[in-house]
Amino acid sequence: MPKAFTPKVVTANALLEGDVIYLASDDRWVRRLDEAEIITDEAIAQLRLLDAQARASEAVGVYLADMAPTEDGPQPKHFREEFRATGPSNYHHGKQAAG
Amino acid sequence: MYSYTEFDTAFVAERNRQFRQQVERRISGALTEDEFKPLRLMNGLYLQLHAYMLRVAIPYGTLNGAQMDQLALLAEKWDKGYGHFTTRQNIQYNWPELRDVPDMLDALAEVGMHAIQTSGNTIRNVTADHFAGAAADEVADPRPVAELLRQWSTDHPEFQFLPRKFKIAVTGAENDRAVIKAHDIGIQVVEHGGEIGYRVLVGGGLGRTPMIGKELAPFVPQEDLLPYVEAVVSVWNLLGRRDNKYKARIKITVHEHGIDEIRERVASRFAETKAAFNGADLALFDEIAAQFAPPAFRNAPTEAFDAAYEADPVFRAWTDSNLTAHKAGGYAIAQISLKAHGETPGDATAEQMRVMADLARRFGHDELRITHEQNVVLPHVHKSDLPQIHKILKAHGLATANIGMISDIIACPGMDYCALATARSIPIAQEIATRFDELKIENEIGELKIKISGCINACGHHHVGHIGILGLDRAGVENYQITLGGDATETASLGERTGPGFPAEEVVPAIERIVGAYMDHREGPEESFLQTYRRLGMAPFKLALYGEDTGKRSRAA
Repeated sequence: MPKAFTPKVVTANALLEGDVIYLASDDRWVRRLDEAEIITDEAIAQLRLLDAQARASEAVGVYLADMAPTEDGPQPKHFREEFRATGPSNYHHGKQAAG
Repeated sequence: MYSYTEFDTAFVAERNRQFRQQVERRISGALTEDEFKPLRLMNGLYLQLHAYMLRVAIPYGTLNGAQMDQLALLAEKWDKGYGHFTTRQNIQYNWPELRDVPDMLDALAEVGMHAIQTSGNTIRNVTADHFAGAAADEVADPRPVAELLRQWSTDHPEFQFLPRKFKIAVTGAENDRAVIKAHDIGIQVVEHGGEIGYRVLVGGGLGRTPMIGKELAPFVPQEDLLPYVEAVVSVWNLLGRRDNKYKARIKITVHEHGIDEIRERVASRFAETKAAFNGADLALFDEIAAQFAPPAFRNAPTEAFDAAYEADPVFRAWTDSNLTAHKAGGYAIAQISLKAHGETPGDATAEQMRVMADLARRFGHDELRITHEQNVVLPHVHKSDLPQIHKILKAHGLATANIGMISDIIACPGMDYCALATARSIPIAQEIATRFDELKIENEIGELKIKISGCINACGHHHVGHIGILGLDRAGVENYQITLGGDATETASLGERTGPGFPAEEVVPAIERIVGAYMDHREGPEESFLQTYRRLGMAPFKLALYGEDTGKRSRAA
């Protein structure tokens, strides 16, 4: 049996600000992980990734990040994505400060 | 201190103008990210986890008050009010926006600073002993030769696309405070029969394949130094493994070919490079050296220092740990710790930067140094001024008395900022420092250097920490390997792994057990942690860490 597909979000850093951005279902780049589109189908994930990568004047380093779908939106499967979604642990800077 | 010539000023201005246009072309879409990335890296601009990061060079760690003030301005105007001093004597800003970076570079140029070659496969910022020009044990000030190397390597046409980055460090003393044995080239100023020359080491480095540098030449005369170094880089430039970035550093080239073959190749290349140098470099060296003449030291009584030392235990503790012998009578080298317990190692706020700049101007011949251990130095202070300096430092959270002690930890930015990291470093450093401050045994422990890296690239120098900590990702969880017995000085050695790693919450207890074993086994307070480790080896520490089932757990690792 093939391995189950781990749901994904499309994420990158914004070209101008450099901060973490996610792709929403309406094609907007959003700053909050809970507004990101969670993709549960592998073929769709690849298409969304390709389309996002083409937006080179908006985003840098676009990739798919593993997420668990929950009622509160996508939850990172790996601690690196948790830090990206939150900000550094030594100062209240980054996403956590944006509210 | 070195002041920019008209040539330097024009060169930096031109590079900044070019970079401003490159940024504009990237934003307009005329440059792709693949095209832009090497350009921004050449100018010190990275894209990290949460934001861009600008790495600014502080050549050989030396700067004056006006330069430190400008670093404060950058922190306030374009960042979040602080900067992070690094293990290569640079400063990093963690939050700039792309459009602002050209303005930041122009602001740096106003005080003779830049971010050129702080990244990319080039010769990076040349580092030096942070006590240069002040240390009592120095043969000669290493900074003139460091500045000469900087000018030679900046925009050197042959060395802009090297197999990998290339790092040079210079020391002027036998006591190595510049970690020259862990650099691609390490240079030691030496004196033979009254003649100043240079001992050249090659092939040191940390990272995933740590190596201690080997001696390539015991004595290179002044007139041969630049052609000799050029020959070394040139040999590696052709021989270095461009097929595999993990095997591209010169340490691998030296390892694969052997130091004797490298020495022969360098000698034969040197015959060519030497012929191309016409002596202009020697004239330039003399001009540079004249700018590093020592300041006019004053001959004044030190009673004020002695009185404060007797009367104030806090001052006494600070002077005992943070001062080093100066070559001039009545003077001291004072280190300002950027390791307040529980704070981020190497971070300074804009306000703290201004305080240090002001202290340098008022009491320190307008000189500051950044150490590779992420602290700041006032290299020339008269002892009679120290009570007042200490009072001002104390008022700004800068008087932590812990230089060389267990809380004076090197930590890379780790996964709190760095895109390459596999785990966090900063919280581990904060927790260790906080815990040992609570225990109030730092002074009793004495000299003990902990160095933490958040990935195998080893920016935190963990291999050469007395206790080294390496953060890794083990199946999606942060896990920390511990090494013991590393040494960053002239007696350099690489630490040895204790055994299986520890989850984040077990690191502090593990360090406590290691320190406990040291305290139990040392022959007396005068025997340092490293000496005890070298006398006894790993066994007692392993037992303290893992208990009686040491062997089983090690085999399972």
